[in-house]
Amino acid sequence: MIQRMFRVALAALAVSVVLGHGAALAASAEKGKAAFMKYGCWQCHGTQGQGSAITSQGKVLAPDPLPIEGFVAFVRSTNRGMPPYSEKILPNEDLADMHAYLASIPKTKDYKTIPLLNQ
Amino acid sequence: MARKDSGSKVDRRKFLTGVAVAGAATAASTAANATTAATAPARLPSALPPTAQTIAAETNVPQAEMNRIGGVAGSDFMVDVIKTLDIKYLPSNCASSFRAIHESLINYGGNTKPEFLTVTHEESAIAMAHGYFKIAGKPLLSLCHGTVGLQHAAMAMYNAWCDRVPVIMMGGNDLDAANRPPGVPTYHSAQDINALVRDFTKWDDTPVSLQHFAQSVVRAYKISMTPPYGPVMISLDAGLQQEPVKHRNGEKLSIPKYTPTSPPQGEMGAVREAAKMLASAERPVIVVDRAARGENGVRLLVQLAEALQARVVDRGARMNFPKTHHLSAGPAAVNNADVVLGLEVGDFWAVMNSYIDNGDHGIGVNETKIKPGTKLITISSVELNTKANYQDFQRFQPVDISMAADAEATLPSLIEAVKAAIPNDRKAAIEKRGEAAKRARGEARARILQEAAIAWDATPISTARLVMETWAQIKDQDWSLVAQSGNVSGWPSRLWPMEKHYHWLGQSGGYGLGYGMPAAIGAALANRDIGGRFSVNIQGDGDLMYTSGAMWTAAKHKIPLLTVMHNNRGYHQELMHVQRLSSFRNRVASLGNDMGPIGTSIMNPDIDYAKLAESMGWWAKGPIKDPAQLGPAIKEAVAVVKSGQPALVDVWTQPR
Repeated sequence: MIQRMFRVALAALAVSVVLGHGAALAASAEKGKAAFMKYGCWQCHGTQGQGSAITSQGKVLAPDPLPIEGFVAFVRSTNRGMPPYSEKILPNEDLADMHAYLASIPKTKDYKTIPLLNQ
Repeated sequence: MARKDSGSKVDRRKFLTGVAVAGAATAASTAANATTAATAPARLPSALPPTAQTIAAETNVPQAEMNRIGGVAGSDFMVDVIKTLDIKYLPSNCASSFRAIHESLINYGGNTKPEFLTVTHEESAIAMAHGYFKIAGKPLLSLCHGTVGLQHAAMAMYNAWCDRVPVIMMGGNDLDAANRPPGVPTYHSAQDINALVRDFTKWDDTPVSLQHFAQSVVRAYKISMTPPYGPVMISLDAGLQQEPVKHRNGEKLSIPKYTPTSPPQGEMGAVREAAKMLASAERPVIVVDRAARGENGVRLLVQLAEALQARVVDRGARMNFPKTHHLSAGPAAVNNADVVLGLEVGDFWAVMNSYIDNGDHGIGVNETKIKPGTKLITISSVELNTKANYQDFQRFQPVDISMAADAEATLPSLIEAVKAAIPNDRKAAIEKRGEAAKRARGEARARILQEAAIAWDATPISTARLVMETWAQIKDQDWSLVAQSGNVSGWPSRLWPMEKHYHWLGQSGGYGLGYGMPAAIGAALANRDIGGRFSVNIQGDGDLMYTSGAMWTAAKHKIPLLTVMHNNRGYHQELMHVQRLSSFRNRVASLGNDMGPIGTSIMNPDIDYAKLAESMGWWAKGPIKDPAQLGPAIKEAVAVVKSGQPALVDVWTQPR
């Protein structure tokens, strides 16, 4: 466990060096949506990052995704439940765009405002 | 075998040969007349002169003996045997190897008890019987070609085996190689047709006389209906069906009386020991899977859980425990347990352990979920009927007390033993445990509803929205969720107030695709007969394409069923597997022109399930892509179903 946490922290550090604030600011939500589909993220996480009790063990990516550094670090090393995506198959730029897409998704309604969830 | 001592004055083979010769003669005669007509001068058309055969048929006095088999048909007696078992339906795809019993069923037997249901594939026929049993609690009989038909049926029989559901299958077969028709019928014959399914049937037999048949069928029914339930197989010899009844040594044929076998109860010493362990536990958890066979089982489980104020994890192969009860809990409840009682759990190892796909070197990682020292108790009838080849018995889980017994039959004595074992000084603590469970349940409910709200307005439509839009339209009916072959993240069991045994029937058992639609139709048939209970099916797209022909049977036999498609346009489980392997191997998954890795999508072209359903006599609508249009479409479909017809709404959905 400690070793895994160390790996995640190391990856986060590396990502912050590689991406920097410039990359994050230049990120495009539109491109990120396309990348989210292209790299297959939607398959387990849904097209809006909503997750599933089955395929993402309830993990919800959006709205309010992890901070970019933690997000990238997780994708590169993961918790074993999800396969890791190396920079070779998922470039940092696309990952930053994906994060921008997830951050652009509107806040979830309070379930109390949805009549079908209050029957 | 039956033919060797045939006492019939009319040989069956000669009779058939005679029919063939007569047919050929008629054809030749007609052909000769046609030639004459071509060469003769043109005349005004007039009726052709009747053939000698026609003249004889129209003018001769019929012989007293028009029954050319020379007595009572053996298959008539077979129908007499079947009728003693009160089997209501016979879903089947017709085949020549059982033509004799087919004829007897519809003509001699009057096509009642059982009524022949025309089905377009043997897999659908068995899956219908599978779904029917889960509502009616009674098995159906099916007939198939013993070779090709049985091969079609085998997948559904494996599902029934894994799901512990009784089905009685009979396969037509012509054993007599010296006399059976050559060509196709011989391709369709085998020495031992039952061998194909022997690994996943409880029992099989090849009767060689009518008396043997009577014993075999009653025995098959009895074995099939003794817990653990399971499918059985009878090889039905063509000669035995077609030849007349013969009385050996002057003895008349008889039909054995069927007496149900009492299910086995747990040995009382083990029951008391288990009760003591549960009564003294700080955090007992009950895990159930196929524990309840009906409402009685649900009631008993509630009694046991309340006596202990123990949380209950329902693995969902049946509706065992009311989802609205404060002791209903998610799978994580076992993580903190000190005693776990498993009742008819298909995979007890998976309750106690987790498996993470693809660790280092491509090997999965096992991790225990429970605390060291947790005591484990199991009661399972499946231990009485384990076979070697197919691995449906799952991984071996060491336990502290193991009872090879039927859980529902053991529950009354276990409940009494638990009540007797609870010391007075534990009662307050047990009550407090129940209060904590009530609080935890309220908090969990709010979390689930908020999860359902995420992506509520998404397109494709979220599975939570799909499930709740459906619920809104059926909630005022006496509803029954008869199948859910599309994986919708467990939303029905998390959001719908499942309380009755028929509110949820579980899934296929063996996870072989092709179960959903025909099983739903079988269950809907049973619900229809009960008095108009409303049946709803959440149908996966990939699953439907295995057995879509079953839809025609529902229209043909006027079986009302609401089907809402979970159409994610892919084999989604496999889609994720290939993506997963691509990532682990540091490769970009090749998508072709689709959204998922090549070979896993069902798109380009997209299948129009509404048109498919309409072509088979269903009311249908879709594909629905806008969530705002979903509720009105389902409302229309519900009205159609209430009028007695099947209806389908195709919905483009999120993957899970």
